[in-house]
Amino acid sequence: MEKLIFYILAVIMIASAVAAVSSRKMLRSVVYLLFVLIGAAGLYFQMDYNFLAAIQLTVYAGGVVVLIIFSVLLIQHIEMELEVAKKYRQSISALLCLMGLSLVLATIYAHPFEATGVTTTTTTAEVGRALLSTEKGGFILPFEVISVLLLSAMIGAIVIAKGGNEIEKSPLEKIEAEKLLEEITKEVETEKVPEENIGV
Amino acid sequence: MNSISNMIDWFVSTGVLNMAMIALIYLTVFAVLGLFLVLLERKVAAWFQLRIGPNRVGYLGLFQTIADALKLVSKELTGTVKADKFLYNLAPYFVIVTSLMALAVFPFTRDLQAFDINIGVFFLVAISSIGVIGILLGGWSSNNKFALIGAMRSGVQTISYELSVGISLLTMVILTGSLQLSEIIEVQKSGWLIVQGHIPAIIAFMIYMIAGTAETNRAPFDMVEAESELGAGYHTEYSGMKFAYFFLAEFINMFIIAALATTVFFGGWLSPFGITDSLPWMGLFWFLAKTFVLVFLMMWFRWTFPRLRVDQLLTLEWKYLLPINLVNLVLMAVIVWLNLTIQI
Repeated sequence: MEKLIFYILAVIMIASAVAAVSSRKMLRSVVYLLFVLIGAAGLYFQMDYNFLAAIQLTVYAGGVVVLIIFSVLLIQHIEMELEVAKKYRQSISALLCLMGLSLVLATIYAHPFEATGVTTTTTTAEVGRALLSTEKGGFILPFEVISVLLLSAMIGAIVIAKGGNEIEKSPLEKIEAEKLLEEITKEVETEKVPEENIGV
Repeated sequence: MNSISNMIDWFVSTGVLNMAMIALIYLTVFAVLGLFLVLLERKVAAWFQLRIGPNRVGYLGLFQTIADALKLVSKELTGTVKADKFLYNLAPYFVIVTSLMALAVFPFTRDLQAFDINIGVFFLVAISSIGVIGILLGGWSSNNKFALIGAMRSGVQTISYELSVGISLLTMVILTGSLQLSEIIEVQKSGWLIVQGHIPAIIAFMIYMIAGTAETNRAPFDMVEAESELGAGYHTEYSGMKFAYFFLAEFINMFIIAALATTVFFGGWLSPFGITDSLPWMGLFWFLAKTFVLVFLMMWFRWTFPRLRVDQLLTLEWKYLLPINLVNLVLMAVIVWLNLTIQI
């Protein structure tokens, strides 16, 4: 039963991974990528690693993919198709991919995997303790480093969004706009005056 | 013959048959429940607007939405010619499958729970974050500007308000010390969490209801399908059964938000003051009663408040709800640390 589910998940993941790189429509590639990520979450669930599976779903499927879809929505039209790369580029990337694949396969087959007898469910409390422990096997340092990295990324995003140079420019633009507005209102007023006189 | 009986044996022994039967029962029950939620919405709307509401089909119009569903099933499936057919057909399933998956983890009574996963609350948050992908895909692949604008608004809204839902639930998790929904209910045998956590719990509940209403794209946060601006928003181009999936998912999501609030804040299937502890099946009644009170609250919102603008929506989330929520989280941590909770 478990084997069957594993093979179904694996086939889905590989098929959608291939489809993701070969599809010529950008949003379809993103959806195939989403299937790969959900399949990975399924594998984590199968390993009884529920917390990591849920993280995979929230961060990758719910966060990263939604952001990618957002950017595709902003820049792509439905009729646009990606270009097919030139032949020599295709061959170079195929070669590089094969090299990477052989490296990964060699590592996996060289590694002596030990079969763990009883699988125990990793609870959220254990994950939390491991993340914050300062003892041996604790992850406090990488945890803190990543949080500093995320903070700097957030600050960077805010700085970019604010646009440093444009702040100085904007008052000038405003003044021009105000001048135009004043001129228009003056014109309107001068036009209005005779009308009122007629009314009187 | 032998191979077939072998297969049946395999199905029974591995529990696949059980799973399939439970899934079928859940599907049927919640499809019907969704239909009656639609009816309830229309009745509540009529009540708020001093009308009678649907009252022709069946006794007091009880079969109105079932008739509507039959009509939707028998309708022709239309679509736009230049749509991206694959994504267009895929999108409704994202929405409906995620909302049905979320239902599996709720403990309706002590023994009626399909999937008691040890990260219950977090699983719900994770699953609900995928549903928005269906809306985004549906909006984009329809090749319609109104659908696209609706989808973009939905994305902005859901990503923002997910934070508030998550943090307000996290505030309550500090109190329970567990993410598992059945354990969260065990903890509440000494008082519902909204009583145990008093002030921060009430603030968390209010934020949760506001953010939950926004996450289900309901009024006053229904910019996604603002009728007066966008036609029908992201599902403008959908018809028949595919439209029905979106529609049903919206109502099931409302039920999920209310049921989660019931579980986390109001003791789930526990009866008030333990008055029906000797009758275990009464748990189902209490769970549904509490949930429907909250569903009514969400309908009350919908027919009372006017729709917000997009900038007001984002201001509300990022400048008010999120800071309040973060302070509230710290406050709850301090209260749990100093043992200031109210235990009955």
